Amino acid sequence: MSQHFLEEERNVKVTDKWADLPPQLLQDWPGELTNGKLWEADLERHRLEEDQQISSWLRLGLRVGEGQQVFLIGSLNTQAPSTMASRGGGRGRGRGQLTFNMEAVGIGKGDALPPPTLQPSPLFPPLEFRPVPLPSGEEGEYVLALKQELRGAMRQLPYFIRPAVPKRDVERYSDKYQMSGPLDNAIDWNPDWRRLPRELKIRVRKLQKERTTILLPKRPPKTTEDKEETIQKLETLEKKEEEVTSEEDEEKEEEEEKEEEEEEEYDEEEHEEETDYIMSYFDNGEDFGGDSDDNMDEAIY
Amino acid sequence: MTQAEIKLCSLLLQEHFGEIVEKIGVHLIRTGSQPLRVIAHDTGTSLDQVKKALCVLIQHNLVIYQVHKRGVVEYEAQCSRVLRMLRYPRYIYTAKTLYSDTGELIVEELLLNGKMTMSAVVKKVADRLTETMEDGKTMDYAEVSNTFVRLADTHFVQRCPFVPATENSDPGPPPPAPTLVINEKDMYLVPKLSLIGKGKRRRSSDEDATGEPKAKRPKHTADNKEPIPDDGIYWQANLDRFHQHFRDQGIVSAVANRMDQIFRSLPVGYNISKQVLDQYLTLLADDPLEFVGKSGDSGGGMYVINLHKALGSLATATLESVVQERFGSRCARIFRLVLQKKHLEQKQVEDFAMIPAKEAKDMLYKMLSENFISLQEIPKTPDHAPSRTFYLYTVNILSAARMLLHRCYKSIANLIERRQFETKENKRLLEKSQRVEAIIASMQATGAEEAQLQEIEEMITAPERQQLETLKRNVNKLDASEIQVDETIFLLESYIESTMKRQ
Repeated sequence: MSQHFLEEERNVKVTDKWADLPPQLLQDWPGELTNGKLWEADLERHRLEEDQQISSWLRLGLRVGEGQQVFLIGSLNTQAPSTMASRGGGRGRGRGQLTFNMEAVGIGKGDALPPPTLQPSPLFPPLEFRPVPLPSGEEGEYVLALKQELRGAMRQLPYFIRPAVPKRDVERYSDKYQMSGPLDNAIDWNPDWRRLPRELKIRVRKLQKERTTILLPKRPPKTTEDKEETIQKLETLEKKEEEVTSEEDEEKEEEEEKEEEEEEEYDEEEHEEETDYIMSYFDNGEDFGGDSDDNMDEAIY
Repeated sequence: MTQAEIKLCSLLLQEHFGEIVEKIGVHLIRTGSQPLRVIAHDTGTSLDQVKKALCVLIQHNLVIYQVHKRGVVEYEAQCSRVLRMLRYPRYIYTAKTLYSDTGELIVEELLLNGKMTMSAVVKKVADRLTETMEDGKTMDYAEVSNTFVRLADTHFVQRCPFVPATENSDPGPPPPAPTLVINEKDMYLVPKLSLIGKGKRRRSSDEDATGEPKAKRPKHTADNKEPIPDDGIYWQANLDRFHQHFRDQGIVSAVANRMDQIFRSLPVGYNISKQVLDQYLTLLADDPLEFVGKSGDSGGGMYVINLHKALGSLATATLESVVQERFGSRCARIFRLVLQKKHLEQKQVEDFAMIPAKEAKDMLYKMLSENFISLQEIPKTPDHAPSRTFYLYTVNILSAARMLLHRCYKSIANLIERRQFETKENKRLLEKSQRVEAIIASMQATGAEEAQLQEIEEMITAPERQQLETLKRNVNKLDASEIQVDETIFLLESYIESTMKRQ
């Protein structure tokens, strides 16, 4: 009997009345229905209960003869609740007693039983039969190619969020020429904000020092809606650790927020124009010479 | 959700959306409905990252949100929807078979982007098709629109729930999140658009290596300035409709196999006439598969396709074939026997299957331990004494199907992990070969000599080439296996769903 059923359930939560008992002891338990751990399989347990077929996966432990252990795994019917009670009564009365009729199940007297399994089944059990060949042919090939293509395509879409590149210890000159990711952590694509909860919108933020140079004229009187919006923005500002909004800066920042969102376009272009060189032409030369580390049979000229 | 399903979801999310989305997604699947702050706190990710991830997940219909009292918005993940990502290639291929390349690209765009407006889809697909056409030819928007309308009419694409238009202006502050509604009759209504235009071909001078931004690209192109006629009306792929199609396909092919058998047993030279068709149907109705049932004689006899039974047969056939492939044909014989006779004793199994007792016992226990077969106790006496109880072997199709489904999820997770492992092992080599290819391509574009190309190609040594070949073969095999297992998953899920609905 293989115990690989047990092996599969190892990931499963275990509600264990006898959790502190060493496993060896559990094997010596007199033959009883629930002689071991009561595996609470979150393996669709609730669905199985709906079925009214199985209340839980149980492990039968038997003692056969002396020193030999047989483990039989089966599912029991909840229609036999009284069996539990009757078996409880037989506990400890005699070690040779079994929970069911051996002959009926098919183990004759004196039959050689398979050796006990004392460890989990091997990770890669030997394959007895060759697997069926995979579908080949036009349809199979096409769907396969599609799958691989889709995988590649999805990595390139803006929905694929890469973790932020960790900042290097020293600021490097080449950093100016490499645009990595969208500005200020915002997302690359434009969802329809009317369909999404407002809290999900990330306000694009500019660094404080860039803004101080922008002198702002007086803004027209705000409507009530604007006030709400700006209060909302202030709340989101408060959440950001970088910025501490003080009472004096409140008004200035409100104005700057409004200004900045309108001027976003301008600022981005300006940022792009900061460098005189076309970004894509820059090659920081890090890849040069670092490739062929192996098999240095040929001399490098 | 079982551990196996959660693991599989985690792998899928990570492969398609990256680690951040994966972390948030898996957390939501595990813990259920949660608000934004709690997610950020529990996962230990910054609020911004969580927001980004949630936007992506909501866009792709993997997470929904609900406004609770006091304005708290809670987010909930849909595990089963994440698992559908395995089936994307199959949906796209189906669209191709039904509506040719145009349909294929429409469905592909919708699946890749989650939801889109019709005008956006039409434009994108027209552009893509134009790329593949000969120089000078372009794809007209009208043609793409037509295909889109046909897809909507046959329910393969449907409208997403939308923000209801409020007639009176809201006196109070706007809600933290809109409540989206949709009713049945609106779901397939195509807005009246007059999309005029042709696909644009991407000019070669604009082509840069992917990922690098173009210099001085104008921020607002002309398209953005034009008002979008169907603003706010989003479409998504209707996966259930595809599932219906797969199910019908499965049944048709099973019946076709059957018909083949019957047909071959008939004498040659039969020409199909109405009478013969009648006979065929009667045969099918009497067929033990019970796919077709006869209900009444009105109009010459009405034949009904018993879907639940059909799905049950398909699921059973799957189980049988799994037993056969795993344990051998003798075990399969025993399994079919027990299936047919419903309940059998140990002795009876040996007799009916004509297999010696020891072997029969061994096989039965093997199947028992893997839960294909179960034991049923029938007590003879009220005290349930073991010596006076019948122990019968039986096959509970529903629970066996569930067990097999669970195994399938595990298998796919293993397949994906192995594939990722293989790719990671050879990462260096893969990158090198990609670089070499890029160099060759650029050199060919600028017109290089044969000798130079030869030199570059030799940068990859023969054993390395071998390694690449092996890698490619393995990855292909693993991918094809994934697709195959997903088909089994579909069958089993359909059967389980159909059974649960009837109860």
